[in-house]
Amino acid sequence: MNRGPSWFNITSMVMGFAFLYLPILILIIFSFNESRLVTVWAGFSTKWYGELFRNEGLMDAAWVTARVAFVSASIATVLGTLAAITLVRFGRFHGRTLFSGMVYAPLVMPEVITGLSLLLLFVAVNFDRGFWTVVIAHITFSMCFVAVVVQSRLVSFDASVEEAAMDLGCPPGKTFFVITLPIILPAVISGWMLAFTLSLDDLVIASFTTGPGATTLPMKIYSQVRLGVTPEINAVCTILIALVTIGVVTASIVTKRQEIERKRAEAAAVRADEPQQV
Amino acid sequence: MAQHQDRNGRRLVIAVPYLWLLVFFLVPFLIVLKISFSQIAVAMPPYTPTFSLGEGWNGLVAAFKELSFDNYIWLTEDDLYIRSYLSSLWIAFVSTVITLLVGYPVAYGMARAPSHWRATLLMLVILPFWTSFLIRVYAWIGILKPEGLLTVVLQTIGILSPDEQVRVLNTTTAVYIGIVYSYLPFMVLPLYSALEKLDGSLLEAAEDLGCHPLKAFWVITFPLSLPGVIAGCFLVFIPAVGEFVIPDLLGGSETLMIGKTLWAEFFSNRDWPVSSAVAVILLLVLILPIVLFQRAQQRAQEREAG
Repeated sequence: MNRGPSWFNITSMVMGFAFLYLPILILIIFSFNESRLVTVWAGFSTKWYGELFRNEGLMDAAWVTARVAFVSASIATVLGTLAAITLVRFGRFHGRTLFSGMVYAPLVMPEVITGLSLLLLFVAVNFDRGFWTVVIAHITFSMCFVAVVVQSRLVSFDASVEEAAMDLGCPPGKTFFVITLPIILPAVISGWMLAFTLSLDDLVIASFTTGPGATTLPMKIYSQVRLGVTPEINAVCTILIALVTIGVVTASIVTKRQEIERKRAEAAAVRADEPQQV
Repeated sequence: MAQHQDRNGRRLVIAVPYLWLLVFFLVPFLIVLKISFSQIAVAMPPYTPTFSLGEGWNGLVAAFKELSFDNYIWLTEDDLYIRSYLSSLWIAFVSTVITLLVGYPVAYGMARAPSHWRATLLMLVILPFWTSFLIRVYAWIGILKPEGLLTVVLQTIGILSPDEQVRVLNTTTAVYIGIVYSYLPFMVLPLYSALEKLDGSLLEAAEDLGCHPLKAFWVITFPLSLPGVIAGCFLVFIPAVGEFVIPDLLGGSETLMIGKTLWAEFFSNRDWPVSSAVAVILLLVLILPIVLFQRAQQRAQEREAG
């Protein structure tokens, strides 16, 4: 649409964004509150952050969560990218309907069902529950998100570039690494980040599939939240929000810069072509 | 030779994610189905297996004769479960409608904003989506609780007298607020991508021909944004039905939702067969919206691919 926004549009946007951001802002502000009460402002203090780093249970959980998120996001990115290539480039094959069903269903599947079913699988095969069962569970649902992100990028770029490479004798594997991967890389990276944050956030699936010694940060936060709102939890949340914000903003700036460079390179290529065409 | 290798490579690319999803997504459902037909037992795991695949065909036939529908019969006898399903569907439906009403004007405003703002606005919608669900729900507890921020603000501006407090936390209203808040980005993003593609000259033409802007909206904008509306509603409705965190943290004892019931059945009552039966029924309830959602996704994909 190319018409400017009206007053009504601006007001609804401002209210919408206020609704989205005010609760988070309030949470951040009260993490710096001197008082233990989270509603009465008693002056600026960072003491809750210090308290946090002395809380060993919380620190352990944070470390477990970071490891789970890193491992599961990395494997999910590989599997999700393969799934996206299968869906976009391989046309019809036996069992395609089932496959695309299995890729889309986890996106909307209630977490309680995914968690329960995976736990019952691990129990049925007598697999010791702990770090790896949480990792497997997280890979399973986040690879589908990666697949969708990578898929939309694969659909939008011209397959003839790949075909040209293969016509010139480049083997499919090499074509993928030399041509396809560099083009879809921004989508692969944002897929990885999405998988990482999904894993970082997950409470329900982790609660079902975890075992001794693998308590994740959301599980820790959840058990404390049930006891009430505390400034330490506000502080943990603020740190998590800051990390995610920095990650997302950096990623989007990098992608934008790449896009600009690509356009510049394309323009240069067109200019270089012109004299020959004339 | 090279052809042969290509085929093998292709098979490998398909096989790896395919097998993974088969083993960790489809097979677990079959296990849930199986356990939902077995009896509770005081042991670990706390159920007596109905049948094991090791016994072959005869074992399977014998097992089918002994299949226990007790868990399903139990679900119909205690009206807690039926009320949970119905109230989950109702809460998810109401929340979806509210999310659409809140999200549409926001997406519309974004689509009409000057193009150099759009990337930033889009980012502002996506950012909360990346922040933890749990954190965002937790943020509302501090606001909605009786001695919370909302009470303080309302008392300060004089809407509430100093000895009055808001009673929102632990009610269904708080659950609505939580769902609308948490799922708003899921609604705004598909709406925005549908509205952004809309050709503004259509609206100009309609207005030039004397069509009232509101009518032009109903006749042109809304129908053209329908794919976004459908995708957004499914993305909010389906997960909201099985939501656990929001009703557990914001809702009260009178807020029945099936995700909460399943969780309690599993972790507090340790009744695995009944919680499996609850999961099977929940899946059956959701299968229609999930299939419709997939169809819509596939159609959108095909349109995009041209």
